[in-house]
Amino acid sequence: MAVAAADMSSEAPPRPGLAERLDRHSGPIMVLPAVIILLAFAIFPLIVSGYLALSRFSLAAGGFTLKYVGLLNFKKLLLGSQQYHFIGTFGTFGAVQWILLAAVTVALAWLLLRYFRSGAVTVLGIIGRLISVGVIMGLTVLALATFAGAGVPGTLVTTTFYVVVGVTVQFLLGLGLALICAQPIRGRSFFRVVFFIPLMVTPVGIAYAFRMLADMQKGPFAPLVRLFGFDEWSWATEAWSARLMVLVGDTWQWTPFMFIVLLAAIENQPRDQVEAARLDGAGGIQIFRDITWPSVAPIAATVVLIRLIEAFKIIDLPNVLTGGGPGLATESMTLHSFISWRTQDLGSSAAVGYMLLFVSTVVCVSFFNFVVRPTRRFQA
Amino acid sequence: MRTSILLAGISAVCLLAGSATAQDQFAGVTVNVMTQTGAIQEPLQRRAPEFEKLTGAKINVIAVPFSDLYQKVLTDWASGTNSVDAAVFAPQWMVDYISGEYLEDLTPRVDADADIQQDDVGAFFRDFSEKYNGKTYMITLDGDFHMMYYRKDVLEEAGLQPPKTWDEYLEVAKAVHGKDMNGDGAPDFGSCIAKKRNAQSYWFVTDVVGSMTQSKGTSQGAFFNTADMTPLVDNEAFRKALDFLSESTQYGPEDELNLDVSDTRPLFASGRCALNLDWGDVGTISIDKANSKVIGKWGAAIMPGSKEVLNWESGALEACTPEICPHAVDGVNHAPFAAFGGWGGGINAAADPKVKDAAYAFFSYMTQPAQSNADVVVGGTGFNPYRMSQLSYSDLWKNAGMSEEEAQVYLGAINASMSSPNMILDLRIPQNQKYQQVVLDEAISRYLAGEIDKDATVKAVEDGWNELNEEIGSDEQLEVYKATIGAS
Repeated sequence: MAVAAADMSSEAPPRPGLAERLDRHSGPIMVLPAVIILLAFAIFPLIVSGYLALSRFSLAAGGFTLKYVGLLNFKKLLLGSQQYHFIGTFGTFGAVQWILLAAVTVALAWLLLRYFRSGAVTVLGIIGRLISVGVIMGLTVLALATFAGAGVPGTLVTTTFYVVVGVTVQFLLGLGLALICAQPIRGRSFFRVVFFIPLMVTPVGIAYAFRMLADMQKGPFAPLVRLFGFDEWSWATEAWSARLMVLVGDTWQWTPFMFIVLLAAIENQPRDQVEAARLDGAGGIQIFRDITWPSVAPIAATVVLIRLIEAFKIIDLPNVLTGGGPGLATESMTLHSFISWRTQDLGSSAAVGYMLLFVSTVVCVSFFNFVVRPTRRFQA
Repeated sequence: MRTSILLAGISAVCLLAGSATAQDQFAGVTVNVMTQTGAIQEPLQRRAPEFEKLTGAKINVIAVPFSDLYQKVLTDWASGTNSVDAAVFAPQWMVDYISGEYLEDLTPRVDADADIQQDDVGAFFRDFSEKYNGKTYMITLDGDFHMMYYRKDVLEEAGLQPPKTWDEYLEVAKAVHGKDMNGDGAPDFGSCIAKKRNAQSYWFVTDVVGSMTQSKGTSQGAFFNTADMTPLVDNEAFRKALDFLSESTQYGPEDELNLDVSDTRPLFASGRCALNLDWGDVGTISIDKANSKVIGKWGAAIMPGSKEVLNWESGALEACTPEICPHAVDGVNHAPFAAFGGWGGGINAAADPKVKDAAYAFFSYMTQPAQSNADVVVGGTGFNPYRMSQLSYSDLWKNAGMSEEEAQVYLGAINASMSSPNMILDLRIPQNQKYQQVVLDEAISRYLAGEIDKDATVKAVEDGWNELNEEIGSDEQLEVYKATIGAS
């Protein structure tokens, strides 16, 4: 056996022909043009906006100038005159804030500990986890400090609020509707179409529709609001109600996305297992916990990840519904960037864009590593 | 109205008959004109086909929201894209467009154009809104002054007079707030003022502050100390103005903080507001038979004023005396604010010469009395009177449905504002949009939302304006500021 192997290795392997080589690499070759185009379109704006983030734009005769200012635009956002706008104004920590902070700290410490005990520790893994934990901890502290007492959240915290609360509510609603529509109920197809409609409407259209619906003077619900004695109150003048109205619009638009993907996943769960479980007398909750959820979890995690990426970019609803107001209450990071751009402050606009890129990347990569991948392993 | 249409028709026929080649003058030429969505867009869009029939030029009106207009035009011209050949915008932005050399000098064209009857254009618009450094860069299409509107019947029923001061404004608003003013059984509002962020609300704070900071004439200025460019913000006048905005919100619609002028105008016309601050549009909207419920029930007046004015040295308010308030009427210092200065048309200097000619011809056509007279009496156009011939009662207004009594108060308020020696000129220093539409607008919005208190608001505006002064250059800004208000 060893002799035969030695004999074979001494012979020069036949040189593959061009057709064979092309055939062997056909996959990458076919994909390459698309990759180059995508990279060009993705990387070029990234480089230009990176340069803008380090510059100050000003008008000049016949055109404009860009003066290099280093990290000044980032400093302005994080520590300078725009700190109240981007990060917010801090309030005083109360008992609730301390308890929540302790809970998040314990949860993150437990995740880190579990990783170190897993026996698969790598340098990259440690760095990645430390960045994730740092950003999540930072966002938690900011959210708690700016929502506390006399604090006022900035666009970073407001965006995080939209992302965390919005995506959670949309996922739960989408899953609930999908579970209902997966049942053999009458008019199932009709409901599927109806629930899917909001996703097909352009976001700015939804924003204007919601603005009309939520109009306290002339909107269709105005008589109802008056009937219940709320005629001297408006959602648009209070920070929390304005934020919630933006969330309602966002949820109305994006729940169908969750719904349609989760419905497909539920309908693809192993029918034989479900039927066998029913024959064995398992209840609905048991079937969901032991069969449905393990089956749909990888898809659920993926769809939440896609939605997370999208949710960070929210702009249409706050822009149309409230213009970012009252005060700064509903202004998202994308709207912050857009408003800076609109006022010639291209450096700050790009800096906000880069901060958004950093935060959304860390959150989404963390979610992928800590949630999506484990669910895939779980399924395998 | 009929007369205006008839005149427009005759004018069009004369143009067609008089010049057989006029129809082909701009054949094949397309002019892209950018302006704001809604009012202002409407008359341009409506008259574009008429103009095309007359000259062959196709006018392509591109409309964007007001808050995007400044930057869209600027980006297009500064980046060299030049897809916008001309724009209808706020005269105060002109300074930024001129500093970049993007705006065409229209002086020779205007001087040679007898059809636009420049002598008939109000002196303020002709000499201030259209010009910069003695050159004409814009063609006025609209006249803009802030005014106060009131419900004559509601005030009479309550035994009240139209307010002359801001304190009286609040008293009247408080007294009538919650009464049913349009007979629908629902309580209505004492005051309606647009207060939405990122909209057109930020001008209204200047109405109140200005009547206390400027008392010695236009050249005194209302925004900065002309000695050193210190913002006139950290003082009792600005704080009192903040109090006014805050208290007036109590007598307004529940969602007033989310209302722009496009929302408050229909509210007044539908009879839901006793008092309202706005541009001239409300007058023409209120006589619209199809939509107005206040025909014959409304009045207009010059903006309220103050019996106390600011001592610039001490930062305190002092009672008016003939010495410190030389222009006061019955002891009340009025400082009518020429907010915005009237929409006007400007042309991209980098446009093709033939396109520039066509763009100018279009703006000339729009401002000629035959068209302008018909447009300024219609509420939906967004155009308000700016020609002297439009500022007195005539068939023009009679045919539009305005009674002589209404015209007296409406046109009287515009005339009084325009002729006031203490008129506040809009801020026209470089990057004025950042000073007002960003720093001021954001701080006022945060204050009204309860995010920050009065002192923090004062600090936010003062710091923001000082930071801009430092960035752009305090001395340069001061020089321009003094030049624009005529200060020595």
